[in-house]
This record gives sequence, structure tokens and C-alpha cells, in this order.
Amino acid sequence: MMCSLALFPPPLPGDGETSHYYSKDEFTTDPSVWFEESHALNLYFPRESLKPHSRPESSSKAAFRDHCETLYTRSAGAWRDAGLSGLLNEIANSSAEVPKWLGVSSRCVLALLQWVSSFHGSLFPHLTLSSEEMTAEFSQVLDWSDCAVRGFAWHPHTQKCAVALLDDSIKIYNPKSSTSPTLKHRLQRSVAALQWKPLCASDLAVACHNCLLVWHVDPTSLSTRYTHTHTHTHTQPHSPQVLPQRFHCSPSRRPSSGCAQVLSHPGHSPVTSVAWSPSGSLLVSASPRDTAMLVWDVAVESCVPLHRVGGGGVTHISWSPDGSRLMAATPSSLFRVWETRMWTCERWPSLKGRCQSGCWSPDGSRLLFTVQGETVIYALTFTDTPGLPLGMSGGPKAATVVADLSETSLDTPDGDTMVGGEIQSLAWDPRGERLAVLLKGDAGAGRPAMIAVFKTQINPAFKLLPCGFVQGEPGTEPRLMQFNPNFRHGAQLTVCWSNGKITHVAFYFMSARVPQPGVGGSPPLPISQGRPADYVNQTLYTELIS
Amino acid sequence: LATSRRQAVASIAWSVLLLPPTTALYVVLSRFSLFHPLQWLTECLTVLTSASAIFSFILLCGVVLLVGFFNLEYYSVVPSIACSKIALLGHVLHPRQFFHSLVHCIMGVVVAWCCAVTIGGRYQALGEVTGTSHGPQMCLNENHLVLLLAGAFVGYSHSLLGLVHNMNYISFHTVQQYKYLCFKGTLPLVMRASAVQALYSLRNFLALYFFMGYVPRAWVCRTLDLQVDSSVYSLDCVSGLLDLSLLYQLWISASFLLFTWYITVLLFRIFVTEAYSFPVQPTFQEDAHQCLPEVITGKQPTILKFLALQDLARLSNHCPSRRQEVFSLSQPGGHPLTWTAVNRECLSLLSDLTERLVSHHDNVASNGRTKFRSWVLFPPPGGSRSWVLAHVHHPLTSSLMSIIPSRLPSCPSSPHVFPHVHHPLTSSLTSSLMSLTSLTSSLTSRCGPWPICFMMSDWVLFSLQLPEASSQALFADSQAHIWALEGLSHLVAASYSEDQYGVVQTTLPSILSAMLMLQEAVDRHFKLPHASSKPGRSSFSMGDSSYKTLRFALRATLKTSIYRITATFGEHLNAVQMSSEHRKRLQNFLEYKE
Repeated sequence: MMCSLALFPPPLPGDGETSHYYSKDEFTTDPSVWFEESHALNLYFPRESLKPHSRPESSSKAAFRDHCETLYTRSAGAWRDAGLSGLLNEIANSSAEVPKWLGVSSRCVLALLQWVSSFHGSLFPHLTLSSEEMTAEFSQVLDWSDCAVRGFAWHPHTQKCAVALLDDSIKIYNPKSSTSPTLKHRLQRSVAALQWKPLCASDLAVACHNCLLVWHVDPTSLSTRYTHTHTHTHTQPHSPQVLPQRFHCSPSRRPSSGCAQVLSHPGHSPVTSVAWSPSGSLLVSASPRDTAMLVWDVAVESCVPLHRVGGGGVTHISWSPDGSRLMAATPSSLFRVWETRMWTCERWPSLKGRCQSGCWSPDGSRLLFTVQGETVIYALTFTDTPGLPLGMSGGPKAATVVADLSETSLDTPDGDTMVGGEIQSLAWDPRGERLAVLLKGDAGAGRPAMIAVFKTQINPAFKLLPCGFVQGEPGTEPRLMQFNPNFRHGAQLTVCWSNGKITHVAFYFMSARVPQPGVGGSPPLPISQGRPADYVNQTLYTELIS
Repeated sequence: LATSRRQAVASIAWSVLLLPPTTALYVVLSRFSLFHPLQWLTECLTVLTSASAIFSFILLCGVVLLVGFFNLEYYSVVPSIACSKIALLGHVLHPRQFFHSLVHCIMGVVVAWCCAVTIGGRYQALGEVTGTSHGPQMCLNENHLVLLLAGAFVGYSHSLLGLVHNMNYISFHTVQQYKYLCFKGTLPLVMRASAVQALYSLRNFLALYFFMGYVPRAWVCRTLDLQVDSSVYSLDCVSGLLDLSLLYQLWISASFLLFTWYITVLLFRIFVTEAYSFPVQPTFQEDAHQCLPEVITGKQPTILKFLALQDLARLSNHCPSRRQEVFSLSQPGGHPLTWTAVNRECLSLLSDLTERLVSHHDNVASNGRTKFRSWVLFPPPGGSRSWVLAHVHHPLTSSLMSIIPSRLPSCPSSPHVFPHVHHPLTSSLTSSLMSLTSLTSSLTSRCGPWPICFMMSDWVLFSLQLPEASSQALFADSQAHIWALEGLSHLVAASYSEDQYGVVQTTLPSILSAMLMLQEAVDRHFKLPHASSKPGRSSFSMGDSSYKTLRFALRATLKTSIYRITATFGEHLNAVQMSSEHRKRLQNFLEYKE
């Protein structure tokens, strides 16, 4: 009993920036009806207006470094920038200035290092990638390197979102305020992920090229304290610039209280994933080059590296909404599920490829994940009560396949359309009623990237039902998606498109279960049961209740 | 208490158990020879099984036991923070610390002697027989002496640096791991720290020996009636000290010494801070003093209170079944005794901190002008022993401490110096000046009757005053407050769905007002100069500098805690009784504007 795409209602011919929603038992394609609440947040960042920064990689950096400096200064700089290999490189390259034996020996050591690293690279092929390529490879964003919007994060408690753009700036939008601050930092390069701190109004963690930045965006003082400039958005707001204190130090603020905290650790670059614990106390960061996952205490700026052998790095991390578990994917065919009380982990080896994406059910009992090279969604069920001394004792023994998204053709008014394929990312709405799956697509085979949406039910038994597809304007593809955690009337999926538009697709439904306290704003009254009976005959995956 | 003692003893036992592999490693490294690998290994085996090695190993075990005992006696969970450099000097000269340094110095010598015996060869003994023109003679083996002195120096500097960097302070980690994993994760850091620290100590020692080396050498020669072999270079010259083998042996020995001691410290920290699960309710009446509410309210010892608070924070976050016990009512009577005790203790901790912050703030506000004063310290005319402390309004605030070795009358004749009666300032300032006074008086009594005029501008006072220290000292024990906040907020948030009898509801107003008052006090404190500046990373990696940033952790936890309550209760909080000022603040939290 598995859900496959053949049972989906076919996607409608693309008209406008929205597709159809399942709403109050009927499909509608009229977007304007449902957009009044968040209309201000329909954003547009034309690709042409954003200039990607020309990033000086280590090779070009050497060209820019002033050769008039003494060898000592250059070596010190190289040591600081690129460690031992940089220093050796510098010495080997300036053979005119160093004694011959030093040049020769540094060349020898360099060759040895390269040989060792190539051996290491043959074990873990991802280590041969450059930082940029690595971020693009492991990011949850489809086609990250050419995407105008590289990251998107809803605030967990208020209608506020942060958008990371191709030009390495981050813009923050709040429909209630006319200002939208821009965050820029010297170290904020190749933003791979960003997330707001839970149980906090203003802290935003950003995974950058070689560090983590934690911004403190004061929600009250933005409109008064910073200078104003214009941006290209639908709403044309004034957007003040928030610059870190080291560049911009208005006398009214304490010079030492910077807006941005820089968290870096040797060997931990590029950072491709960040995750705040749901209780807001810890921040976990991961880098595909670093075998250790770092657990940060941000206020103190200290970190605890959690080393485990195997995997060669950590690419993607996802914290279960109840905070008891953490999934960590590695670049090889292995992922781990950490238990966050004593920080022990359970290994999940022998996948067919690396784990590409994963998401947790709102109660933290189920983990869905996808594997690169496969077109199915797996599920793990954790039945034990978290917090028992043995931790993972009640964990699952094997993953089950819950959905098959292999290619199928569907009848549409325009003719047959091919859908399906590999999966880029998964997103589960905070109430656990909708699951969005971003399909990679294949331009050569005439399969566009697309978002498939499932209806889900967690209690009493896990069920997966087809819901529909989300498509953009003709010629655009979805790149990134996230559910809005503050949508009161159902689920709202925010999609960033390849043309730089960000739109919101709402799914209206009556929630069958009361949201957990602490997730939404105030706890709403329990709403009467929806109508799952309509779809009983279409249930495609049902967990057997034993 | 028994548990923490047992943990400490276990940690010492483990460090003794770890000594054999460490020693073996040391032997292998110290006899390292690249070109005779076979001979090297057989030599190592012979040394390891020899009687002298076993004797020195027993000595080393004794040293480790002693170090472990010192750790147990000197550790604290609240760091002692010196507010000024003079107070720090006072700490260094304190008899207790002096005893610590002396014992570590002696233990350093003992370890170095063991090392010398293990290395053998030319380091083996203090005296050696050399044949000279006058026949065989007992001569001083300076290599051995240098090794022993280096051991003493490293031991002393370990003790001193331990004080300066608060090595006795034990911090609790936010990320709890099993002991073995924690140890395994920290071991490379300890290795690196001991090697690096050995290098620095050695550099200082060699510099000292270069200038002062003849003193201990002559003393040893005189007391032991040894001759100085004139055919061998003495080591306190450049060519003597540039002996690579000697330097290597010194470095390896110093690293070995520091490594064994650091391992002892590390194991002690890991064992003592291990999370302990206290029973929430006693199963039997006689165990009542061991259960959580009793331990939390207890005063002594601090470590137990800290462990209990840590347990509270953990149970409130992770264990629904134990939370249920906290919310439960007592069987006969139906009173929420557990919750009341826990709540009362946490609130008193928070209000304590609030009071401390408010009084500090008031102090600073009332003494704000003192910053612009300069200080003159001089002996009164007539050569009487009493010193007059005077403050002046000195325009040259940037002038350094100038010691004017002139006759006294010239001092008051200076136009902008007018002797003034000593009047009290902030307590720390006064105390530091007082200790300075006693210091200078002892100095001058030794140096002769020179009247010395200390002109200290505020710049100097400022440099003597460690700027952040007062702020650090205020928050020194804030780990307890952090746990109290976490525990309370998690329990309150959980009570929304788990508290069947409504025991938490009745105390919600007081909890909220305590948190909001603390929030206000903390906000005000962070507006003071130096309060919000982050300290630089400490280069000394064995010293735990997390106490320097506790105030930031407290601020973040406080905010998160209030948000946790507001996010859970939402609009229901409008029904809670509180002052209008607090309601305004709370409204900010409800709207996510803080």
C-alpha cells in the first residue's frame, strides 16, 4: 500500500503563479481570494538585479596579495587564511626569496599532503569539490548556485521572514512594518541556510561560507536607527541598512554590542546547515568537510564538537519539533539520528546513496527521508518515550517505504505530462497535515521540477494521501519551499521560484488535532473533526495498526 | 555529598589507572632514536621493567593522588574573580595559595626526578664521578639539576596559572555527554594544551636559568659538597642551553608532567559535573534529605545545590513522568509540597540576583563622578608612619604613575595638588587602594626614608582595575540562576497541559513578576560600560573561562524563558494579576518585540 504519483490529480495547465489548492472540498485556481492575509509578502527579486559577488577563492587571493610585502608577512597571511598547506604553498611559490632547501622541502611536504588528501578524497569524493560546489551540492535549494533566492526562513512565532539573496545580502520582511532591513557582513558569503531562533524575537542564524553568523535584528528600533535606501520589491518599502558594529557604529548604541556574532571553528567550512533546538538554547551547525557536528551555546560563543567516525562530514541537519532527536545526514551512504539528552547517536548505514533530505512529524515520532538516486520516501518511526535512560532502545529496526514518486505520465488538458523523479527536499507543515515534496525534475527528459503535495495523517495511524501539484508561471521552476508556521487557517507553503518570485500557496482545512502548545501563538480551541472520510478510498499508504 | 565524594575518588582512581599508559608513552618518546629502532624498543622494554622505573612509577602514583586531593580541596563551582590586579596579587600571596604552590613545586621536582631516572644516561644522577688531574672527583651533573629545576618551575607555574586562569573553577556544560565520550573528545585538546603550555613554561624557565642559574648551582654545590667540572660547559650560557637533546628532554618531561596533572583535573571535572538524578519524592522517610526539594533548598555544599538545580532543569525539559511528580500533591493533606519548595527556592535565587544587580547599579550611579578624579598618595611631613591619601582634580589624566623622588615639600607646592581627607569610594576601589597603601609602605620601609609621591591618575587606577571583572563577579554563580530559569519556565510551560491540580497557576503571577523584574535589572546592567563587552578568547586552554560569559548566557536564557511562558499561555496571560508596568513589558513579549 504505497502512494504513487499516478493517483494524483493531474496538474492544471500553468496559468499564473499559483496552481490549484485543495480548499474546502473543492479545487480552485483563483489565487487572489486567498492571498489577502499575506499579500505584502509576495516578493520578487529579478535575477538580473542581483549581482553575485566575485568571490576571491584562495587562488585569486594569492594574485591580489601584495607581493611587495615581505615573505614573513605573506607567510603569516597564508597561514591565517589557509593553514599549513597555504603556508607551504606560499614558501614553495616564492623560491627566489627563500633558501633552496626550504623551498624544496616545502614542495616535498606539499606534494605529500596533496597525495594524502587525494587518497582521502578517493574515500570521500565530495572532498575534492570546491566550497561553492559543495554548498550547491548539499544545499536543500534546487540549483543553488544560480538561484536568485538562496535561502528563506519564516519566523517561528510572528509573520516575519528573512530572504537570503544571490548577492549575499539578507532582507527581512515584516508585513506590519514599512521597513525591511538588509543584513550585510564581510563574512556573509555563499549563504547556504538560515533559521530564526525559536522563543526569541530577533535572532537569526546564517550558515555562511566559513562561519556562522548570528544576527540580532532589533524588532523595535529598525525604523529609527538606520539609514534608508530603496530596494526592488513589490511593496517598495524603505529598507534601512543594518551593518555590523565594526563598520557602523552610531553613537547611541554601545560599540561592543555588535548586531552580528561570528561563530567559527577551525576546519568547519563551508557550513551547509544550521538548526536551532526547538527550546532555543542550542544551535547545531554542520559542514561536509568536518566530521564533527558542532553544538553551539550562542550566548557564550562556545561549541562542543561531536565527532563520530564515518561519513566524512555532515551535510544536512534537522531537529525534531519536540527537541528530542536530531537527524544528521552525511555525504556518504549513512545518516545518524542523535538523541539530544545524552547526545548518543544511532547509525543508519547501507543506503543506496546519501541521504538528501529529511523532515520530522510535528510530534517527533516520525522521520521521513529521501535518498539521492532513489525516487521513494522512507519513514522511520520512533515509538519510545524520549528521555528514557537507554535513549534509543525503542527505535525502529528498519525504514519503510511510504511513497513512490517514480516517473509517471498524467493526463492533462494539454496532453500527457511527465512527473516524478528524484527528490530535492521535503517539508511537513507544523500541524502535520500536509507534506510537500520538491521533485528535481529533468529538463532533458521534459520533466519540470515540481512540488507534489500529500495530505498526511499521523494519529491514530500514519496515512499519506495525494493532494495535488504546485506549479509556477510557465517556464519557472520551484527552487525552495517552506511552510509558514504561523498560518492559522491551515497550511501555507511558501515557494521561491526560479525567476526570483516568492509566493505563498495556502491549503485551507480544519485541523483534526490541536496544535501543540508553544508552536503557534495562543492555543486555539479544538476544532471539530475534518472530513477524511471522503478520501478513504484513495488512501495510498496506511500504516498497519498491529 | 557522599555521591560527589565518591565521584571525586573515582576520578582520582581513573587518573592513577591512566598513569601506566602515559608513562609508557613517555618512556617511548624520551628514548626516541630514529636510526636504531630495534635498540630503541628493547631499551624501552628494559626500562619499563626495571626496579628503578617501578619505584619512580610508585612515586608518580603518589604525586597523582596528591594532585587529585588538591583538586578536591581547592575546586569551586563559583569562580573567585579578582576585581583588580592588586586583589589578584592578594590571592597569589594568600597562605592557602602559597601552600598550593609550594606543594606543586615539590611535586614538580619529584616528577622531574622520576623523569631523570627513566631517561637515564647523562641525566641519571645529580653527582657524577669524573677523573681529573687530581684523581676521581664527585662533580655536579648540571643536566640533572636543570631537569629538577625545570620540574619545580613548571610545577609552580602550573599552580600560579591555575589561579590566574581559574583552573579550580568547574563549569557545567550545556551539552551533556557520557563520561567516556566526553573524555575522548577532550583528550586531544588536553594533549595539545600540555605540549603548548610546556613550551611556554620552558621558555620562561630557560630565560630565568640563563640569568639566575648560577645561584641554585652554587647552592647545590656548597650544600652537597660537589665540585663543578670545569671541563664541561656550564649550562647558563647560550651554547650550553642550545643542546637540542637537553631541550627535547626538558620539553617532553614538562609535557608529561603537565599532561598527567591536566588529565587528573579533566577527569575530576568530568566526574564531578556528571548529571545526577535526585529522587523527586522520597520512597522512605529516612531518604527525605536526599530528594530534590530538600537538596535544592539546602545551602551546603554548593556543588550539591548546583547538581540539584541541573537535575531540575533536565527533568523539567526531558522527563514527563518526573515532572508529574513535581506537580503532584502530598498524600495526606493534599499540599503541593514539592512544587512549593522548588518554586520558592528558584524565586529566591532570582530575586537575590535582581537585588544584587540593582544595588550594584545604584552604587555605580552614585559613584559615577569618581572616574574623573586622580589620586595622590604621599607620606605626611615629619616622617610619621601614617599615610595620607588624597584625591586631586588632575588635568593630566593620561599621566602615568610618576614616582617623584624629591623632597616632600615640592609635592604640595605643585599648584593642583591639595591634600584632602581620604573619603570612601566604592568598596573595591578603597580596598585596592588600601592594599596598595600597605604595599607601598612596606616597600618604602625597605627602600629607605625616601618620600615617594605616587601620583596616580584615573588611567592607572583604571588599568589596575580589571574593567569587566565587577560585572563578571556579579554573575559569578549565574549558572544556578540559568538552571532555575530553565527549570521554572519549562515546568510552567508543561503545566499548561500536565498540571492536573492547578498547583502552578497560583504561583504564576509571582514567577512572571520575578522574571520581569530580573529582566529589567539585567537590561539596565547591560547598559553599563564594560558589561556588554565580550572578553577575548583565553589562550590558556585548560582554564575554563566560561564564567566570563555567564552574564550573556543568563540574559539569553531569561529572554527565552519568558518567551516560553508567553508562547505557551498566549492571551491567557491577560487574566493574570500584575502591575501595569509588568503588563506592558509582557505585552512586548506577547507581540515578539523584545
